[in-house]
Amino acid sequence: MSTMSLVGALNAGLRKSMTDDDQVILMGEDIGTLGGVFRVTAGLREEFGADRVVDTPLAESGIIGTAIGLALRGYRPVCEIQFDGFVYPAFDQIVSQLAKFRARSGGRVALPIVIRIPVGGGIGAVEHHSESNESYFAHTAGLRVVSCATPDDAFHMIQQAIQSDDPVIFYEPKRRYWDKGEVRDQSDRNLHEARVLREGSDCTLVAHGPTVATALAAALAAAEDGFSVGVVDLRTISPLDLSTLAEQTMTSGRVVVVHEASTFLGIGAEIAAAISESCFYSLRSPVLRVGAFNMPYPPAKVEDAFLPSVDRVLAAVDHAMNY
Amino acid sequence: MSRQTDSQSTTKTRPVPPTLSVITEGSPLSFVNPDGTLTADGEAHGIDIELTRGLYREMLLARTLDREALSLQRQGELNLWLMCLGQEAAQIGSVAALLPSDMIFPSYREHAVALYRGVTPAELLVQWRGLAHSGWDPRKYNLQMAALVLGTHTLHATGYAVGARMERTDEVVAAYFGDGATSQGDVNEAFNWASAGSLPVLFICQNNQWAISTPTSVQSGGQIFRRAAAFGMPTWFVDGNDVLAVHAATTAAAAHIRVNGGPALIEAETYRMAGHSSSDDPTRYRSDEELESWAGRDPLTRIEKLLRLMETPESFFAELDESAECLGAEVRDACRSLEPTELADLFGNVYAEPHDSLEAERRSYQESARALAGVNR
Repeated sequence: MSTMSLVGALNAGLRKSMTDDDQVILMGEDIGTLGGVFRVTAGLREEFGADRVVDTPLAESGIIGTAIGLALRGYRPVCEIQFDGFVYPAFDQIVSQLAKFRARSGGRVALPIVIRIPVGGGIGAVEHHSESNESYFAHTAGLRVVSCATPDDAFHMIQQAIQSDDPVIFYEPKRRYWDKGEVRDQSDRNLHEARVLREGSDCTLVAHGPTVATALAAALAAAEDGFSVGVVDLRTISPLDLSTLAEQTMTSGRVVVVHEASTFLGIGAEIAAAISESCFYSLRSPVLRVGAFNMPYPPAKVEDAFLPSVDRVLAAVDHAMNY
Repeated sequence: MSRQTDSQSTTKTRPVPPTLSVITEGSPLSFVNPDGTLTADGEAHGIDIELTRGLYREMLLARTLDREALSLQRQGELNLWLMCLGQEAAQIGSVAALLPSDMIFPSYREHAVALYRGVTPAELLVQWRGLAHSGWDPRKYNLQMAALVLGTHTLHATGYAVGARMERTDEVVAAYFGDGATSQGDVNEAFNWASAGSLPVLFICQNNQWAISTPTSVQSGGQIFRRAAAFGMPTWFVDGNDVLAVHAATTAAAAHIRVNGGPALIEAETYRMAGHSSSDDPTRYRSDEELESWAGRDPLTRIEKLLRLMETPESFFAELDESAECLGAEVRDACRSLEPTELADLFGNVYAEPHDSLEAERRSYQESARALAGVNR
């Protein structure tokens, strides 16, 4: 057990994976000499060499495309996309190539590739640096999509993602990069399991990545007003851990999903549909969603109004309680 | 397969030809004129009769497969077929100059390459009969699945070559693509990436003049092979309908890569004699005159003429015709004998490890299929 920032935990997790398996290769823009713009890979090039911590040309499609070629040879590439909004040049390589390769090959070929994407807003960034695009990839068969919220999960989930024989889109909440937390030596959870952070008998908040802390703050504020509000950290978006969500729904009867992506066709929509299909008679209100508005991410000075805040979450809880 | 062993043994005994100058000016490298006589370059290079016979044989078998497959499509036995008619020299001449251990990343029209590498007619046709998205194990033939999103595979080849370089092998990784694909960003990223990393990639562009209905003049503002200089790689511009010139250029390019490490580009100038696919109608966009002019440059005819000028015994042609007839029968039988595919079998191909949502859908599909079977009984 030790205390680390989320960035430090990712760095330690990557180091452990590279030490354990010499087929693991890191590749991305500015990840070698510089150690990445967020320093997630700092020091790894010195330790493992330039062949295993590769500074690539500035070409996202090339990063994913060449990673596929390396995986066809038996390597386990871990690609860094520098910012969420820069993944789109690689969209075809991810959606039509990486995701479909195994099915196209009749199950003959596995592509164990991890794509790390710093995600979300809240850091005062210029446009294209604050997006939440998990729905695109969760909507694509053949990909797994996970989202870490804490240093402990960052450390363990990155290693589990690298061990997976399937392609994994790995989201890192960039505004929580510098938050510190305890990191355990061993994890008791597999990669595709949600985590109940707090039980609640009145309402359950479901969040992932950067909004987990928001949901926890809202649950604490609600407790002060006498409401028992639980929090589930999704951790996995594809597949969703529907059994944990169903258990919590049966306990509380009310669910509010909180994410930074726009609510329209966001993960919250899928969760609302899945819960209404499986827990209809346990629901005491409709499943509600708190997320971004359906507009491009706004300029930094107004992002606080755009992002799901504790107040907006509490308003949704109130709405559910009074339904 | 015997035809693979035969021709590969001929290429193995063939030494690397004298270094060809890197062709960057004027007309493409050519050894054999359409009338079967040798060009000055052909005279200078010399002709290996056994190699020539082997390559001719492979081209004829590829053309046989192509014609049988089109006829199967016209009979409703295949959903679609993309003919490589006219491109046999560009494909056979290049693949025969590679080593069997060299990995190939093909596009969807490389049937001649696949047949040469030993892929069976059944494995080739299963995709076009609509039963699977690919038919062979890439590792068995060192031949990857065909890319259908054009140019994407040039990056896969480049990544594969990163591994070859790290492992210090002397492999060449070949990527086949067409003139249309050279407009894609991925192809240009791959040129740049392979050059920046000094990677052993052989980019083989079959410029067949047409991307469905779009001619090269609309596709690109300059000749494709000229891009190589700006990307910092050597290039060979070759008559893609001249199997011996393609073979020599590929041999030289592969030798260059094995010795120097970096990538190379071949542009083989050829012609897609058929439509883009069995669904296409090329009369809507190109003239009979153009087609006739290219028919006069047919890759098989000129080598047949050359072989006859070199007094090849009639028995060679007769035996080859017999082999072609056998292959034709094999193609027809293989196509009609392909096993049906069930949707239920495909759920397990998507992920290497179980995925809860998909597993739930599989159970639901199987239950409803059982229930429906009960109703229909």
